[in-house]
Amino acid sequence: MTFKLPAIDYLALAPMLVLFGAACAGVLVDALVPREWRYHVQVPLSLVALLASGGFVVALANRKEHVVTAGSAVVIDGPGLFLQGSIVVLGIVALFLVAERRLEPGGAFVAQAAVVAGSEADRKQMRKPGVTEVYPMMLFALAGMMLFCSANDLLTMFVALEVFSLPLYLLCALARRRRLLSQEAAVKYFLLGAFASAFFLYGVAMIYGYAGKVDFRGINEAVLGSSNSKTLLLIGLAMLAIGLLFKVAAVPFHVWTPDVYQGAPTPITAFMAACTKVAAFGGLLRVLYVAFERSSWDFRPTLGVIAAATMIVGAVLAVTQTDIKRLLAYSSVANAGYLLTGTLSMNRDGLKYTMFYLVAYGFTVLAAFAIVMLVRDSDGEATHLARWAGLGRRSPVFASLFTFLMLAFAGIPLTSGFTAKFGVFAAAVGGNMTWLVIIGVLSSMILAFPYLRVVVLMWLSVPGDDTPTVSVPGAFTAAALFVGVAMTLVLGVAPNQALELVNDAGAFLR
Amino acid sequence: MSKFPFLTLLVTLPLLGALILAFFPRSAGELAKRFALVWTLVVFALTVGAWLAFKAGGDRFQLKDDYPWIPQWGVRFTFEVDGIALVMVALIGLLVPLIVVASWKTVEALDGNRSVPAYFALLLALQGMMIGVFAASDVLLFYVFFEAMLVPMYFLIGSYGSHQRRQYAAVKFFLYSLVGGLFMLAAVIGLWVLGGNTFDWHTLVEAEFTTWAERWMFLGFFVAFAIKAPFFPFHTWLPDAGSAAPAPAAALLVAVMDKVGTFGILRYCLSLFPNASKYFAPLAIALALVGIIYGALLAVGQNDLKRLVSYTSIAHFGFIGIGIFAFTTQAGSGAVLYMLNHGLATGLLFLVVGFLVARRGSASIKDFGGAGKLVPWLSGVFFIAGMASLALPGTSPFVSEFLVLLGVFAVNKTVAVIATLGIVLAAAYVLWMYQRTMQGTLNPALNEVPAMKKDLSVRELAVVAPLIGLILFLGFYPKPVLDVINPAVQATFTQDLGVSDPAPKSEAKK
Repeated sequence: MTFKLPAIDYLALAPMLVLFGAACAGVLVDALVPREWRYHVQVPLSLVALLASGGFVVALANRKEHVVTAGSAVVIDGPGLFLQGSIVVLGIVALFLVAERRLEPGGAFVAQAAVVAGSEADRKQMRKPGVTEVYPMMLFALAGMMLFCSANDLLTMFVALEVFSLPLYLLCALARRRRLLSQEAAVKYFLLGAFASAFFLYGVAMIYGYAGKVDFRGINEAVLGSSNSKTLLLIGLAMLAIGLLFKVAAVPFHVWTPDVYQGAPTPITAFMAACTKVAAFGGLLRVLYVAFERSSWDFRPTLGVIAAATMIVGAVLAVTQTDIKRLLAYSSVANAGYLLTGTLSMNRDGLKYTMFYLVAYGFTVLAAFAIVMLVRDSDGEATHLARWAGLGRRSPVFASLFTFLMLAFAGIPLTSGFTAKFGVFAAAVGGNMTWLVIIGVLSSMILAFPYLRVVVLMWLSVPGDDTPTVSVPGAFTAAALFVGVAMTLVLGVAPNQALELVNDAGAFLR
Repeated sequence: MSKFPFLTLLVTLPLLGALILAFFPRSAGELAKRFALVWTLVVFALTVGAWLAFKAGGDRFQLKDDYPWIPQWGVRFTFEVDGIALVMVALIGLLVPLIVVASWKTVEALDGNRSVPAYFALLLALQGMMIGVFAASDVLLFYVFFEAMLVPMYFLIGSYGSHQRRQYAAVKFFLYSLVGGLFMLAAVIGLWVLGGNTFDWHTLVEAEFTTWAERWMFLGFFVAFAIKAPFFPFHTWLPDAGSAAPAPAAALLVAVMDKVGTFGILRYCLSLFPNASKYFAPLAIALALVGIIYGALLAVGQNDLKRLVSYTSIAHFGFIGIGIFAFTTQAGSGAVLYMLNHGLATGLLFLVVGFLVARRGSASIKDFGGAGKLVPWLSGVFFIAGMASLALPGTSPFVSEFLVLLGVFAVNKTVAVIATLGIVLAAAYVLWMYQRTMQGTLNPALNEVPAMKKDLSVRELAVVAPLIGLILFLGFYPKPVLDVINPAVQATFTQDLGVSDPAPKSEAKK
């Protein structure tokens, strides 16, 4: 038997190849370049790689030629390119947050997380410039996410899932402050993530048993024509869904979210909230729309219940939070519910507006975490909500920006939160999921309360002695904050261009 | 048809003014006041221009300005007014400069160092958004203004409220309105999907819906408007907000902002969902009747002047409610005229109460008593405002109340008779309020408050004089306003709703 190499369209893969290459180069930089220089090499390297990757995405999108390549393992189509582009752009903004070093000497990351905080070894470590492995890890994660959105079979998808998950587990553990919390978060994320991956893989096996194939097109054909037991298909689909829903943080697979969001270094939390969400939903969209569209009668009721539970549980638990990072974590859970509502519309609009929502939410959440990074005292970030009381009097500018972001999360018009919610809800009504829209609207009401509470705390409370100050952001954080807030406004007031983009992206290629 | 873009300017000018004021430094308080006054006078001049450009016997909708916004969703910036909207826009144009003058010393009187320019910026922003609500004829644009309007009012109550419970009141106000708004959002989305992906009011009026879809969408809009108006049992936010807000802002809240609810019922509920409106009319009339009696009874029992005035408004909105849902032109015109007159009368009452509260430093009725001896002029104005509020013949609210009762009597005698009880109760709460505060023996504590010895100042006189003049003028000669209102009301009832007035029975018998 001869083994024939599959034809590879290198240009189509270029956005990912650039990032993988730069990540490998980044590892070499860390090994070879002197410690003082690493930061100054890594940041431009990552930035250039991301920009180049984004450039290739744009070029491919302009080519308008959709291909299946690498032996039908990877598909480059409109929605895939849109998602890849989103990941790159959000990744650049997240990179700005990661690269911030002015707020804390050496940045938010620590080289040897295992060193006991406050010990002699730790003080020594403090004097040295911070760790730079985060940059290649981030690039690996980003490239994995992009592959995840454009995988054309379940095995490639699984590989991509691991490629982007493993660096994230590590990144979570590297917080300079509150190190135990950070390590706890990483272990929790890793263990639960490993379980979810196992479920996913088991699901792949089941689907293979049913369809005899792992590529989406083959599965789609098998769903229509296979005479095998449908039970196998349903079990497989359920297992796959568990793996994917874990990544999107849907109830009841969301329990890791608050702990990980709180424990991880804030730039990484922002990165996960924005980019992982895009990747996870990109994968979910492709699996449901391409491979299993024809069994939507089977999964829509179940996933609908999950979406409803996600919205309600996320909203209700957000009300009780006293820590801003945990609050944003539960808000991210609830937002996963809105995204699922859009996804389950199972029509063109569903695809379009889910993608639009992902981008809109990504920018808003990045800007929100950028401000969380800035509100700090001598012990690092002051994340407890009680500490935010009266912030509006101390720093009216940042409090105004944060208020705007909170209003965006609450879905007030003229912010991207409104246009995004309108899109997914309209798609869901069009897809006969009106009951989900009603639950979505009801949960939005509950969810408005915690956001409003933050606004009340900032503006209407008198500042206490322990109200922290808002640090002056370095250029990187300022840029991230500006981009996030500006996009939240633009996508809310004039979303025409973005809507045009998601519209032009068309449908998935089968 | 004039080419001058009146409505566009009326919406954008105040918003621009608010933006300019937002950049005023805190120290420039005096300049900010003058700027706000001049700016709102310019806006008032524009409303006068718009009133003159509007041809009373001409097309139903006039002064149309139309610009594209989000073509993908069929959203446009479409501004146009019918007679009803024009009257409300004129009311705003007239009231806001007076409120600016009335607020001259409001901010300084508050404890804590609060920004004067920010107060006037919020006031102007509110003005622009309120004009936008009445002028929009694109459903989404209406919704956007409807929701965005909450934000400045929320900060006016929360940051500049005099009350201890201002935070509670601000949050309650915001959440109540937001809940209503989200119900409306669900209905707006349904309307967009079922009405053929357009938000144009004129197109949607022509659209046909299934019975149940129409009823659900009616309820979505109706709940939002009933909360805003407010109708019983959605009213509990108003006394809190009305008593906590600074008196000038409360005047604006009750006199104009709440009219959005009744205006919305006329323009959106009745016109878009005629069959559902007929189906739910008995329910709406029942709620309105309960509101008349309940609001009046609670007003009788209040010890706080601002809360008392808030409860009288709930009773008055009941009258407007039965006027609308009686479905006769007479009652409808009466209801719209009532919206204007209530704005003038209750606005005046709230402003005068504000003068009293500012002097005494308390809104509790117990803290007054015999004050008429100290401030005879102020007491006289207070009396006129009270008389206007109980609809004494010769004041403008009498005309509207009479028209409403006349129109209702023609179709449903029971309702008219019960509603008449409200007039008796109105006499009770107004006269008793006046008696307890202004007449009788002088409360000795008042002698120790130096401010209570100062009678109406020139500035205050300038605020109340135009309002009193208009109340008396329209009380004797309401024709100019009725000429504008009648065609619009007639069109709403006969064209959109498809009901015709019952023939007068007495003539038939002859």
